[in-house]
Amino acid sequence: MILPLDRAVAELVRDGDTVAMEGFTHLIPVEAGHEVIRQGRRDLTLVRMTPDIVYDRMIGAGCARKLVFSWGGNPGVGSLHRFRDAVGNGWPRPLELEEHSHAGMANRYAAGAAGLPFAVLRGYAGTDLVGRTPTIKPITCPFTGEELAAVPALNPDVAIVHAQRADRAGNVQMWGITGVQKEAVLAADRALVTVEEVVDTLEPVPGQVVLPSRVVTAVSPVPGGARPSYAHGYYVRDNDAYRAWDAVSRDRDRFTAWLDDEVFGAAGRPGAPDRAHGEDREEQTA
Amino acid sequence: MTATESLPSPSAADADEVMTVTAARALADGTSCFVGIGLPSTAANLARRTHAPDLWMVYESGTLGASPATLPLSIGDGELAETADSVVPVTEVFNYWLQAGRIDTGFLGAAQIDRFGNINTTAIGDYDAPAVRLPGAGGAPEIAASCGRVIVIVRQTPRTFVERVDFTTSVGHGSGPGDRERLGLRGAGPVRVITDLGVLEPDPRTRELVLTSVHPGVTAERAREATGWDLALAPDLATTPAPEPHELAVLRSLTGRG
Repeated sequence: MILPLDRAVAELVRDGDTVAMEGFTHLIPVEAGHEVIRQGRRDLTLVRMTPDIVYDRMIGAGCARKLVFSWGGNPGVGSLHRFRDAVGNGWPRPLELEEHSHAGMANRYAAGAAGLPFAVLRGYAGTDLVGRTPTIKPITCPFTGEELAAVPALNPDVAIVHAQRADRAGNVQMWGITGVQKEAVLAADRALVTVEEVVDTLEPVPGQVVLPSRVVTAVSPVPGGARPSYAHGYYVRDNDAYRAWDAVSRDRDRFTAWLDDEVFGAAGRPGAPDRAHGEDREEQTA
Repeated sequence: MTATESLPSPSAADADEVMTVTAARALADGTSCFVGIGLPSTAANLARRTHAPDLWMVYESGTLGASPATLPLSIGDGELAETADSVVPVTEVFNYWLQAGRIDTGFLGAAQIDRFGNINTTAIGDYDAPAVRLPGAGGAPEIAASCGRVIVIVRQTPRTFVERVDFTTSVGHGSGPGDRERLGLRGAGPVRVITDLGVLEPDPRTRELVLTSVHPGVTAERAREATGWDLALAPDLATTPAPEPHELAVLRSLTGRG
């Protein structure tokens, strides 16, 4: 089902949901995150291996009650200041944390995608994450007796990812670094995929991942929807924007003004330059 | 930068450059290396361009055998995917490559490191009311556990080099001999900690980090003052060989300095 982004978010994302927006540096669904902010979603449990600037914005905007994650930083730049303010000072509201390692998170998604209750890995031994995170438990291998770590499956209410292309039937194609997006989509009850473009036919690309339409609830055409991250074959990562976020996010007032201008304001509205929300495509496909 | 005092100008290396060159030299040609972003990535890319052209760099984004022409800002830059031998899902890089023991060297940074090489990248102070909330674990716990060996690259200050880390994100040598074996950690753990002042290595008997080398122009006393525990000196304390001009030239072509 191809929907404009605002309608897709309205229909798929509900207050109190567990939401996983994935993308490992590449294909980060930034514009979908902005739409969640615009629609004022609250009490979300946000799940993501690498909550970077898009979760920093959602946390600062007050969307999140809890964060399930493994690395919360601005990649190559430093800290996430809205995340730190929420953890340290409860601004704009307290943020509960459930933290794992990347290996643990990836395996939790894989278990969720496989319909298993938990995943097993050789990890966490001797770390303070073991006592701190209730979703890490020891388990003994029934065959060798080796002590390993068990982590429960992640099954988000909704997964949101960005991809390069979809066809008009809603089959999705992505390539380049594809992270855990396939696992997140298959683990979730509902999946929203924003795409650079909708095409008649998905031409094969080396290294591609194709998500069949039957596991995709909605596709929204959002050209540039991964900026300032990148979409392999479409545009490159805007490293300056990540650096610039550091100063914007350090200060509550400056952040709030940024939200007003860039997300709620004219620049963030559907149809604004470089922020198309799919209306054109919707008209074409209607 | 006092570390540079005894080095010849005009190409004098600063302390970070000595650290990066020393780290690059620790990577043998033909080996595999799990590379984090920042100083580890700079050092690994320098090694590939100097003595180790067949260093096989793995980034946790799933790029195996990446050979970027420029330094990436993030672990998932497009340049890494375009130049990689293979791009695999994140589940595969952690399960099939790291956990299965296919990576020789893990390269880690640290916000805190203690006398047994345990690493904190989670929080400074109390976890529930942290003085500084750090990014968290990322790939580090399993890199520290499963790579054949670990090299840590971190600037040396008393705030960073502490008696005991506030939070053990990644296990080094635990609280001493036998801990890694008891925990079932398969790799050797930190074998070298390379700083802007010198090099620390675990004592083979006690597993405590001792100073084995000081960089040119740095005194052992200065390294001890920059350490939050009573840092022992190796009996055969060495002076780190200064960066060669060609190493510095390549490093500066990567970082854009000079």
